[in-house]
Parts: sequence; C-alpha cells; structure tokens
Amino acid sequence: MTDPLIDAHAHFYHAESGRGDWERVNAARMRAGDAIGVTYHVVSVLGSYGHTSPTYFPSPTDVSRGNDVMRAMADADRERVRWYVTVNPNHTAHALDEIARGVASGAVGVKLLASRRADDALNDPICALAEEHGLPILHHIWQHRTREWPNQEISDGRDLARLAARHPRVAFILAHLGGGGDWAHTLPAVVDTPNVYPDLSGSGVDRGMIDTALQVLGAQRLLWACDLTMETGLAKLRALEVVGLPEDDLRAVRWGNAARLFPPGTFPRCVAA
Amino acid sequence: MIDCAAFIGPYPFRQLPHPDPDVLVRVLAREGLSGAWVGYLPAPWQRDPVAANESLLAALVPHRSTLHPAPVVRPDWPRWEHMLRDLVEQGSPAIRAYPMHWGMGPHDASMRALALSCGELRVPLVLTVRFEDLRQRSALDVAGDLTAAHIRTLARAGASVRLVVTGAGRELLEETHWSLTPDEQRRVLWDFAWIWGPPEDHFAHLVRTIGAERFVYGTHWPLRLTQNARANLDLLPESLRHAAITDVASLGR
Repeated sequence: MTDPLIDAHAHFYHAESGRGDWERVNAARMRAGDAIGVTYHVVSVLGSYGHTSPTYFPSPTDVSRGNDVMRAMADADRERVRWYVTVNPNHTAHALDEIARGVASGAVGVKLLASRRADDALNDPICALAEEHGLPILHHIWQHRTREWPNQEISDGRDLARLAARHPRVAFILAHLGGGGDWAHTLPAVVDTPNVYPDLSGSGVDRGMIDTALQVLGAQRLLWACDLTMETGLAKLRALEVVGLPEDDLRAVRWGNAARLFPPGTFPRCVAA
Repeated sequence: MIDCAAFIGPYPFRQLPHPDPDVLVRVLAREGLSGAWVGYLPAPWQRDPVAANESLLAALVPHRSTLHPAPVVRPDWPRWEHMLRDLVEQGSPAIRAYPMHWGMGPHDASMRALALSCGELRVPLVLTVRFEDLRQRSALDVAGDLTAAHIRTLARAGASVRLVVTGAGRELLEETHWSLTPDEQRRVLWDFAWIWGPPEDHFAHLVRTIGAERFVYGTHWPLRLTQNARANLDLLPESLRHAAITDVASLGR
C-alpha cells in the first residue's frame, strides 16, 4: 500500500459559480486525485467565484451559499473530502457565524482569501475563534507583494507572519508557494514564525524551490498540495521523491504535517495506514 | 523521446541549481528521455550571439550523443546567413530565436527571412514564449511573452517553415492554431510544459481539439522541474492516455 497523501489546498465549483462545466472540473479533480494517490482532498468553495460577487471579496450571501454547497459536497464524499469554511473578514459578525456554523457541520479549517491584508486587525477575531476550535487557517498569499494587483488585496509572507505572530497557537497554512510571485522572498519572511506552514501548490514548478524550502524551513513546515494545477502537484511529489529526503520527512510533507495541524480525527484513513 | 526545451548555463534573474550539461545528461536518463535540444540560457539577454554559441558548442562536446546544440541565430546581425549555415553543417538539429528579447515586432522582415532560411535548410526554428511566469518576473526582465501574432506571421511565411513553440499556454496556443490554415497549422509544433492539466484539463482539451501529433516533449530544464511534462501526460484522462505525441527527432535533416 502506498503512503497516504493529503492535498491541503483544493477547490470545488458549483452550479452558481458561473461556469457550465463545474461538474466536469470537480470530477476531473477526483479522477486525477485517484491517479496521484490522494487520500484526502481538503477543499474550499470561494463564494460564487466572481459570478455574483468578486472571488476574493465575496458577499456574505455568496460566502454562505458557497459554504452550504461545500458542506453538501463533503457530506456526499466523506471517504475523500474534508472542507474549509470560507469567510470574508470585512463582515466580522457574518464571518464568525459562518465559522461556528461550519464547525457544527464538519468544517476542519478556515479559508481566508484576499479580502483584507493578512495583518489587518479585522482578521484577529477570526483567528481567535479558529484557535478556540483548533482549526488551521489557509490564507491566500502572493509571494512577495511589490505592488497592488486588481481584484484582490494581496498579502505576502511578511504580512502573514505578522498575523501569525499575534496568534501563536493557530496554524497558518501559507497558500501556494509555487503560485506566483517570488517564493524565495517568502521563505526568509516566515522562517522565524514557526506557526506558518507553506503549502507547495501552484502552477509554478521552479527547480530549486522545493530544495530551498526544505533547506530554509525543514520538512516539518511544508505541506503537499495542488490548488488549481494537479499536474504540478504530481511533478512536485515526484521531485520530493528524488531529492533524497529521509522517509520520515517525506511522510511529513505528504500527510503527517497536515494530520498534525488539522483537528484530531480529521484523517482516519491516514492514521490507520 | 527528445526534450526540445532544455538549456545549460546561468539565468540572469535567479540562482539555478547546477545548470550543467553533465547534470542534464543524468536528468534525461532518469526521466527516460533519449536526448535534448539544448540552448544556452544567457543567450537571449546577450546582444552578440557568437560568444553564446561558442560557449554552448564547447560545453556540449563531451555529451554530443545525447545533448544536441540548439544555438541562436539573430537575423539582424551581420553575416547571420553564414552563421546559420555553419551551425547547421556542424550538426545543430534546431535553431533558436528570441524576437521579444531583440525588440522585433510580429512582422519583422528579418525574422521572416530566418524562418524561411531554416526551412530551406530543413531545421526547425524554436521559439520560446516565456522563461518564467509573468507574476514572478524581475522588473529588469521586460521582454514580455511571445505573441500569437509573431507565431502566425512566421507560420504563414512559407511551406518549408517548421516552428517548435515552447512554453505556450492554452490561450496563446488556441489563438495561434485557429488563426492558421490546416497547412499552416502543420508547420507548428508545441510543447506542453506550461499547459494546465487537471482539473481544468486544458492539455486534454487541446489533445482532443488540435491533436496529440501537434505536441512535442519539452521540460524547460534547468528552470522547471522535468517531472512536470511527464505528469501532464500521466494525468490525461484514460481515453487519451495512449495519445501519441511527436518526437522532435523526426524533424531532423
């Protein structure tokens, strides 16, 4: 039996996300996941993905609707799917209610987009509630913010490190180290903040990224993930297998770190394996 | 299978681990590839192509059975026609050009002349869409991605033209392919290293719509993980898993 594998950063689409092929895309994720050997997909739905409000600034209505369909999709595939509850910190009361509602219906983490800079005080009550429930927070990140980009209020490793320093008992998953921008900037930006854990997802497959991340942060701080491009996930998995990592370190990146960061009992098939 | 998109040498904008020919030979063996068309990575940023080609050819001498030079010919440089003929006679199976880095627009007459001359000599012209994602590019790296207008102009230049375009995504590829006649489409081959696999399945879509035979294998080593191209093939839906891509070895003289 192959070692378990957790994709800590995945997304599903739905009927109200403005694309007619949403079921095909979701099915393709699961098909590719099976081919790669993914044991669990930890998935979020980002509101309406721009259909009725912006992807990175979703309206409260779209946030709730997205979380509803996400919960239903997770319930329909308990064997393989776990989920993040998505929130927009600009609507504090709604965000806190959504987290409570999500926890009550099985969410295992919180997804923060780019609705507010990571170190903004509006994120503090969300982090506090995540801590109370023992939930990790997956935060959308641009690697090295050198300017503003349209349609998102981007944050980089430095911004997230400031938030994480204020909430040392919360695990922050830094999204898609390979997802655009300069990953080499991110690694020193978070090295001294031990509760920040970059995931390796993103369309970028730069040679040197994985080796440097292992060198700077160590295997105990990295999570394997795919996000929107699963072929790059598979490529990174195969690269991890040839860089000469000790078996324990490889296991940590594949699933062990995720199993440690998410609430106990989230991934029973990994523990059983 | 030959890798049509490999390089040696340093990259101006970030440190690359071991961009050396002996390492490339080992990587190709690990990936089950029989060889590579190899370019010299500093070349696009150097004005005079002569020194870049000399460095490339010298570095590949010990590995010529596996690493095949794909040197650069700059068609606005004096005596470029002689340089092209010499390089082909010395055994280069392909020629590289970087019109974006040389400030050449899509209708540049010298690029058209280069494409035709390569065609007459029966060597493909390799065009690189990008070396890095736009989102991470250095502020000093201002060349921009190769455009569909550049590619279709060259594809229309003449029946003998053969282009190998590396680093394109779905959008550029579709804009170019569907702007050409069937005859012109057959003059262009594409690598799929930058094309998204599942769940969007852009690569599967393109294999269905333009045909697997239009694709060639390119890794973009030492910039990108060589495993990515293989992963893209391995994650094709079952019905396409045995689609036969083209080996650029078949394009040789």
